[in-house]
Amino acid sequence: MKNQIQKGTIARQRERWAYLFISVPVVFYVLVRFMPTLYAFYLSFTDWDIISAEAHWIGLTNYKRLFSDKIFYKTLSNTFYYVIIGLPISILFGFILAYNIDKLKIGNSIFKTVYFMPYITSMVAVAWVWRWLFQPAPIGVFNNILITMGIPMQEFLNSTTQSKNCILAATVWSGVGFQMIIFLAGMKGISKQYYEAAKIDGASSFNELVYITLPLLKNSFIFLLITGTIRFLRIFTQVVNMTRQASGGPLNSSKPLVMYIYDNAFRSFDMGYASSLTVILFIIILLITLIQMRITRDEK
Amino acid sequence: MKKKLFLILLGCLLFVNLTPIFSNGASEEKEDGVTEIVYWQYFYETKKNLMDELIADFEAANPDIKVTQQTFPYADYNTKVAASVPSGKGPNVINLYYGWLPTYVKAGYLQPLTGSAFAPSKVESEFFPLVKAAKFDGSYYALPTAVRSLALFYNKDLLVEAGYSEPPKTWDEAIEMGKAMTKFDDNGNFTQIGLGVNLDNQFHHVIREVLNRQMGTTPYSDDSKTVTYNNQAGYDAMQMVVDLEQVEKTGRQGFMEDDRTAFKAGTCAMFVSGSFALGTLDKVEDLNYGTAELPTMNGIESNFASFWSNGITSFTEGKELEASEKFLAFLTSPEVMQRWLAAIGELPANMELGSSDAVANDPKFGPFIRGLEYAHATVFYDESAQKSAMFDCYNRIVLEGMDVKESVDIAAAEEQAVIDKYFK
Repeated sequence: MKNQIQKGTIARQRERWAYLFISVPVVFYVLVRFMPTLYAFYLSFTDWDIISAEAHWIGLTNYKRLFSDKIFYKTLSNTFYYVIIGLPISILFGFILAYNIDKLKIGNSIFKTVYFMPYITSMVAVAWVWRWLFQPAPIGVFNNILITMGIPMQEFLNSTTQSKNCILAATVWSGVGFQMIIFLAGMKGISKQYYEAAKIDGASSFNELVYITLPLLKNSFIFLLITGTIRFLRIFTQVVNMTRQASGGPLNSSKPLVMYIYDNAFRSFDMGYASSLTVILFIIILLITLIQMRITRDEK
Repeated sequence: MKKKLFLILLGCLLFVNLTPIFSNGASEEKEDGVTEIVYWQYFYETKKNLMDELIADFEAANPDIKVTQQTFPYADYNTKVAASVPSGKGPNVINLYYGWLPTYVKAGYLQPLTGSAFAPSKVESEFFPLVKAAKFDGSYYALPTAVRSLALFYNKDLLVEAGYSEPPKTWDEAIEMGKAMTKFDDNGNFTQIGLGVNLDNQFHHVIREVLNRQMGTTPYSDDSKTVTYNNQAGYDAMQMVVDLEQVEKTGRQGFMEDDRTAFKAGTCAMFVSGSFALGTLDKVEDLNYGTAELPTMNGIESNFASFWSNGITSFTEGKELEASEKFLAFLTSPEVMQRWLAAIGELPANMELGSSDAVANDPKFGPFIRGLEYAHATVFYDESAQKSAMFDCYNRIVLEGMDVKESVDIAAAEEQAVIDKYFK
């Protein structure tokens, strides 16, 4: 049989070399990913503060503290707000762009380039430009536009109610090009015959959209849903760079859970507590991923 | 044959992978009687360059000692230091913000300075009193080369334009002048602010150590273990700052990003900042500005001072310790302070040098030096959390309309929790 590799054959040797090369990333992965992850589980039951030599076992104290910590709930709800509001908007905009650019005969590569550019721009740079756009008058562009239109100046990033949406605006803008490209690729994969057949049957372009384009883009939607969920769960850079003193403020109104973890670990050096927050976040992401996997499996 | 080669290669690859884990930045063992020590500070170009020069001079005077300087970006510096602690490796002499000292002293990272050059009585007769923030259980754990205090920066041209020839002496004058120099557009939005209120820069220090004391309360108990500003004087101090934005309208949070940026652009007439701002502002062309001592109230003068200090890590022993003490004594000598002032613009920590005519009467440094005499250095246990407590206190009032008393009480409770956690 061919798939039975004999000892000492060339195939066997090749296999061995393959293992050798694979071993490098595997060792790396185990050392920098799996071990720290397991270690974080252990740390979440301790009071380790980075600078003490020893970590003391304190049982479930960190978890008890967590469930009565108002800032934890606040940052958790912020994180969900980012995903639940931001993700649908960004997919919708991505689709609208792709749908219209796909119809263009001339100049669509220019539009593709323009819309994709923010995606390859450093998030730090994007965040700072948006931060300045949202400034109060006289330097903030958005506020200056509002004022010329006779609308009162808005607080934007300095408001407890608007700050999250400002962060989302920058995030959606920077990611929309990616969603667009994925949808465009999906649209290219739909056979023209369906549309021709629909036309012969007298279908309107709205019907074509609802009954042909959208159902056949299901895989693109699923892909963007999964990658997008992760992207919005991981919002961090934007908040650090757009809020004053990287505070996630005002009053924690824009701070996502990951940033609260960072604050505890690297600003207050409360590693034990930060680890317990990490474990909770891990469980949440795990649950979401399991649900998504379940849904996508059913779709097949 | 091939198998052997394979195993050797595999071994090499594994080794290469693992090596970074075992290496560290510890000081090297000595050769030829030369003791090598490592110095850490955060990266700030002029500081790093000056330190290179100072090290060269120090090595020339002490040929048996070699000092290696390592710098890290400011943003990661505290994290980098903290991460080096559990490994028991790292620098011998280290530059730390005074506000971080309690944490590192508690962790046993620094050793008390026991050399005769650092006897508490000697230190206290030579240095400005604020260095007491580096004293724990009767011993000094770190000493500064330079210190910083606050002063009122004012734009001379804007003062003249509004008909003033002198900066304000009291807060009442400052508020009145600030109102006169504030400009609005037709919609009532600021186009120029008279007196900045940037809590996230320096103004939280102003509330804590200046306004609280001027209103009649100390911010903390003498042993710095109890928050004491949650009383009427403390509420009045916070109320005054809230009123600057809401009633007197002399400025607002985030106007042109922050007060210093607005000041550079000539759209902020007065703001409070530290001596470290002099360097940046001097580089701005056409900015005709001066500095004045912080305004007084009820006849009380107060100021906030802070410093970066050098300490010796606890695992430094024997010859390395001897060399480190020599280096530390050198870094805190008046000669080095003099060069530090000239190159960096930070004030000398030595009282005699600081009070010398050349320094104290300098038109720009003078107000800072005079401020040092009545300055307080807050003992921070978790600088970032304590700063947020004050900032959030202000935001709860201004953005959410909370009662001043209620908000200050919350801030006091938050800060007290931070302190209690430290002493737990």
